[in-house]
Amino acid sequence: MRLGSLTRRLGLAVVAIFVVAACGSSGGGGGTASCSESKAKTTTSAAACGGMDALVAAAKAEGKLNVIALPRDWANYGKELDTFAAKYGIAITSDNPDGSSQDEVNAVNQLGTTSRAPDVLDIGMAVALANTTLFAPYKVTTWADILDTQKESTGVWFQDYGGFMSIGYDSSKVPTITSIDDLFKPEFKGKVALNGDPTKANAALNGVMMANLAEGGSLDDVSKGVDFFHRLKVAGNFSKTQATTATVKNGTTPVVFDWDYLSAAHGKDVPAWKVFVPNNAVLGGYYAQAVNKNAPHPAAARLWEEFLYSDEGQNIWLQGLARPVRQAAMTKSGTVDASAAAALPPVNGTPQFMSDSQATAAKNYLVANWLKAIS
Amino acid sequence: MTTAGSPAVTTNVGRPLLGGRRFSLDWVGALPFFAYVGLFLALPTAIIAIGAFFDANNSLTLDNFVHLGRNYVVQATITTTVVSAVTALLGAFLGALLAYAIATGNPNGVLRRTLVSASGVLAQFGGVTLAFAFIASIGPAGFVYLFFQSHGFDYYSKSLWLFDTPGLIVVYLYFQIPLMVLVFLPALDGIKPQWREATESLGGSTWHYWRHVAGPLLFPAFLGGVLLLFANAFSAYATANALINQGAPVLAQQISNGLSSEVGAVEPGFAKAIAVEMVVIVTVITILYSLLQRRTARWL
Repeated sequence: MRLGSLTRRLGLAVVAIFVVAACGSSGGGGGTASCSESKAKTTTSAAACGGMDALVAAAKAEGKLNVIALPRDWANYGKELDTFAAKYGIAITSDNPDGSSQDEVNAVNQLGTTSRAPDVLDIGMAVALANTTLFAPYKVTTWADILDTQKESTGVWFQDYGGFMSIGYDSSKVPTITSIDDLFKPEFKGKVALNGDPTKANAALNGVMMANLAEGGSLDDVSKGVDFFHRLKVAGNFSKTQATTATVKNGTTPVVFDWDYLSAAHGKDVPAWKVFVPNNAVLGGYYAQAVNKNAPHPAAARLWEEFLYSDEGQNIWLQGLARPVRQAAMTKSGTVDASAAAALPPVNGTPQFMSDSQATAAKNYLVANWLKAIS
Repeated sequence: MTTAGSPAVTTNVGRPLLGGRRFSLDWVGALPFFAYVGLFLALPTAIIAIGAFFDANNSLTLDNFVHLGRNYVVQATITTTVVSAVTALLGAFLGALLAYAIATGNPNGVLRRTLVSASGVLAQFGGVTLAFAFIASIGPAGFVYLFFQSHGFDYYSKSLWLFDTPGLIVVYLYFQIPLMVLVFLPALDGIKPQWREATESLGGSTWHYWRHVAGPLLFPAFLGGVLLLFANAFSAYATANALINQGAPVLAQQISNGLSSEVGAVEPGFAKAIAVEMVVIVTVITILYSLLQRRTARWL
């Protein structure tokens, strides 16, 4: 008897759950303007999927977002992730936060259509251009604010934030740097490091290219930059260990070539940290966003992009001292976070950007000559 | 009962097929082991070896092996082999001395128990934590260096050797010596004091004892230790990477570059060819070892 009543109650509960679930899904669709999963998978804008509200509802129904290779202390990504999760009630799985751009692409290839595959990618331009077939085209609502040179015309990739290559240094340990040739002084013995190996890490390759420009080289030929580090090594000033937050904090690498937005973050640990960008070598670099075409949470993936390119998302990057791609447009419209913009390291001079073929030429030269130059 | 595939058939033709021998099922117990080895050793090795013959477009090629002749790979091969050999020999020698000191001490003493447990921990201490422990202590901003420097001794005056090959050797020894203690101690414990007494009562000197009794007995175990230490250092990646990031001086780092370079230097097939090169080097050394082992153990 008791067992019977229990079964009946269980049955009722199951029915109730189904009813609630049914209400939930039909409610989420929002009547005519619905953004179903199959639609979200291929939609190229929020408008094409029933508008922003429909996209939000569909993303909430998915309830999850997989991101990869986003360190919390990189360009303020910690805040981006937390704000997005709180705002939309979507749980974020952040895999391999310290991975490289290539690791992201490898994950897309290896995880395929499984539910663990990354939904969205934040990658260097070389990797973005080499893997365009893996991405779904998507144009965020603020698409028009992104310069044509900073996006693929259909939305396969679009640049997100960037900065300038800089020399960061602990002014309590080394003298003020006003020119790149200062680094040959004996006070810099064993103190100058790169953020990674330039044959592997994008930031380090740009570090060598920046030295190359400062030494009178051009974007087409990185040899003067390699020669610069060779002479730095011969002078005993180049440190072959990788600069990380830990080595900067404990003083092992008091002088680091890195993106200004990453370098400026060391000011938290080292109060006397300064960031220097040589006037004759203002080398810019941007990362790009892309949506995995096999994204397990297609609506959430697209909503994440909408969030990153909203004024709110762009200002969060800016607060992390990265220069968001819509900064110029937002400055014009007055929606930019002015105090965050004022905190950016000063840059004078004409910014230069490496083209894809120039980056490839630099990579090929480095692969063939780097080890020899620094050993 | 049939004896299909029975070892009796293949190994011993002269025997009657269904002689007194019964078909043994003893090998069943080893099945999980073989399955494990197959899944986690043979299969990955095969995947890598096959992958090394394909290029980025999945067509057959030998280029990956031709590329092994690139000067930076040759240099990395030499560095890796030299570092592994030096730390294996030094680690084995110093570890054997330490193990001997432990073995001749009180078998239940505090010293022995402390050293053996410490070795157990330190032999597994590696990677980023170990590298950073060295950076933070003897590195150019480490307290040990600053102390010596303030007392007029600058051990980096010539070069910053910690972030170069000598640094690798010093840091590797930190886990090589304890590992040798662990693998060599049982061999030393097997040496009976009575053998020494026997040598002496027959008029032998200490030299005779070591040359003709203890030395030949311990040499095979010592060689085995050297081989283990060599393989241990040869395959180390994280420690080397945290210490020397520039130029990928170690082969395992070259593999990593080939697999995850974000500046476009990704060559998975080439990375696999480097892995095959490493397998071949270790195999050759293992064969040399077993030849030597057979020779030294012949009289036993």
